[in-house]
Amino acid sequence: MKSCKHLLIVVSLLAVSATFAQTSNMSAAQPRSDRHEARPKSVHEPQKSEGERVFDENCSRCHNAPEGFSPRISGTIVRHMRVRANLSEKDEQALLRFLNP
Amino acid sequence: MKEPYIERMLRSFVSAMSFLFVMGFASVFYAQNTPLISGGMGFETSTNGGNTSYTPVIMPLLAAPLGDHLLVESRAILLDTVFPKTGKGYDSQHFIALSYLQGDYIATPHVTVVGGYFLIPFGTYNDRLSPIWISNFQDAPLISSLGTMTSGSATGGMLRGNAWSTSKVSIDYAAYFSAGSTNEQFQSSRASGGRVNAYFPHARLEIGTSYGHLLEHKQENFYGAHVWWEPAQVPLRVRSEYAHGEHSQGLWIEGDYRLSQFGGAESLIGRLEPVFRWQQTFRNSPDATDGLPSVDTKRADFGLDYHLPHEVRINTSYARQFSSTGNRNIWETAIVYRFLFPAWRGK
Repeated sequence: MKSCKHLLIVVSLLAVSATFAQTSNMSAAQPRSDRHEARPKSVHEPQKSEGERVFDENCSRCHNAPEGFSPRISGTIVRHMRVRANLSEKDEQALLRFLNP
Repeated sequence: MKEPYIERMLRSFVSAMSFLFVMGFASVFYAQNTPLISGGMGFETSTNGGNTSYTPVIMPLLAAPLGDHLLVESRAILLDTVFPKTGKGYDSQHFIALSYLQGDYIATPHVTVVGGYFLIPFGTYNDRLSPIWISNFQDAPLISSLGTMTSGSATGGMLRGNAWSTSKVSIDYAAYFSAGSTNEQFQSSRASGGRVNAYFPHARLEIGTSYGHLLEHKQENFYGAHVWWEPAQVPLRVRSEYAHGEHSQGLWIEGDYRLSQFGGAESLIGRLEPVFRWQQTFRNSPDATDGLPSVDTKRADFGLDYHLPHEVRINTSYARQFSSTGNRNIWETAIVYRFLFPAWRGK
């Protein structure tokens, strides 16, 4: 039981430290549109890029856009989304360009 | 739950995470391919029929790309439910499990080969909406156990990918085979099945159908269909799903509307998101194992979610459930934090 509790404490500490690490790691890369924000403004904005369209139509179908993330994981996110959302190869490339302009 | 089991589960998860971390070093030289840690953590309360339970939960996910074609990913769930004991006081129960641990090999532009322990692609909830940082409601739909072969996960192989994609329609598929496994960490049934989706970008409409065949014990067939619609000009999402098993069937329809048209998504009002879900299940014949209510049941869920800054969301909901065994009220609240960051610090 003791070792079980210790493991739980370690996992909890990891989670808390991860929370603070995220704040310091957060930087430039972030989707340029939010599902809810973009739509009302879309008629006044320039034509959406292909990558933005892919993000809006595929990723946002299930979840809201993250507020931001490190550019070092943008390729990993795109590959993860390719598998999860069954993106085509073309859409994967467009999404990568969108996340790394 | 027995303590040695929890210890073994924790050790397995920590081992899996360590393995993925080590494997992830192979990708460190690719600037954008650093392994990531994502997921959600939250604190949930649920008052069902007058009894309130409290559940802290963590759902971490790790994804590590290897080379140009491979991705190794895993998600786990760790929770501890504190609930009232019969008589006086409270008791608690731990639950720790791997949701999936899989390798994805992108073989061709249209085929990805998945191997390992993966979520069963039946309907939409199990493999798309179940993470706590995604789902609008704390409770899974009443029919979520139909077609997902008890554990919700499969041990075996799956082919999936985008079959056809044009500006007018995109068709994707997933087909799997699972071996039966009674291993504590990788529980699954011997089964096969798959799902096909068609997405129409102009209408922003998705239509899909699912099939599952249980190959052990009862040799049961499951059928499912879903329709999702997100109109382009308003921040509305409508999702619906139907599932049919040998002994029961049911449906749910859910709508959410973010009030971002009132001052933008970051405004005080724009952060609010009313949600509604209607569910109905039908019992055709008795079956204590399919996870659905034992009698015909109707349920209406009314929710109000609030999106705070820094990826924090507050979920509140009230549900009224109607059945011949008695009507009941279910009140639920949760605060959920979503995280996403590189697995290690870089320059």
